[in-house]
Amino acid sequence: MSVSVREADFDIGAEIDALLAGRTDVGAVATFTGLVRDMNDGSGVHAMTLEHYPGMTEAALEDIVVEAKSRWDILAVRVIHRVGLLQPADRIVLVIVAGSHRGEAFAACEFIMDYLKTRAPFWKREDTPDGSRWVDARDTDDSAARRWD
Amino acid sequence: MTHKTIKVLYFAALREALGTPGETVELPDGCTTLANVRSLIAGRGGDWDKLAQMKNLRAAINQRMADPGATVADGDEVAFFPPVTGG
Repeated sequence: MSVSVREADFDIGAEIDALLAGRTDVGAVATFTGLVRDMNDGSGVHAMTLEHYPGMTEAALEDIVVEAKSRWDILAVRVIHRVGLLQPADRIVLVIVAGSHRGEAFAACEFIMDYLKTRAPFWKREDTPDGSRWVDARDTDDSAARRWD
Repeated sequence: MTHKTIKVLYFAALREALGTPGETVELPDGCTTLANVRSLIAGRGGDWDKLAQMKNLRAAINQRMADPGATVADGDEVAFFPPVTGG
């Protein structure tokens, strides 16, 4: 299963090992890890809750992986996105792309994150000293995704 | 002809504003697109108007992103939600 949406944390090294198990054709592995920060839009963040749309989330992530595989000659992909209650410094999302060479692996990894940011149905809610608030979508995420059009 | 019945889901800030995660909605004749469904529900007034007021509202039909003009069929699962903020 190349895509997982779950509450549990992940071990990046173990995930890379599992993705590459038995393969001898991989020459490059690019990874991206997203973390919870303790500050956003000028306020301290002491916790974050991630809501999602069960069913659609997994389908959207799988579509993004299929699209990446159609655009670049890559060999294997793993995406894990956590949901539920998270604390600062917790890992949120992991993307691993394995390819023959680094160019395709870097590009596909960045593409998957850019598309995930605008197409996968997750919503963040932050707990700050002023109360709880839903995170607003960023225009920069839309423009980042459009780079690939 | 019997009316179409759809499932409608709300997420995140919209779910909180409307006070429900979802409902079953019977569509009158002529209510055929996502935009029609949005207007139908918002037209109940009160808190439901927040569905009309929400900026940059996104929607899905049967768990795929869909545009306001997309056609809604009997038995579809429709979802309305704010722009996504994962990653």
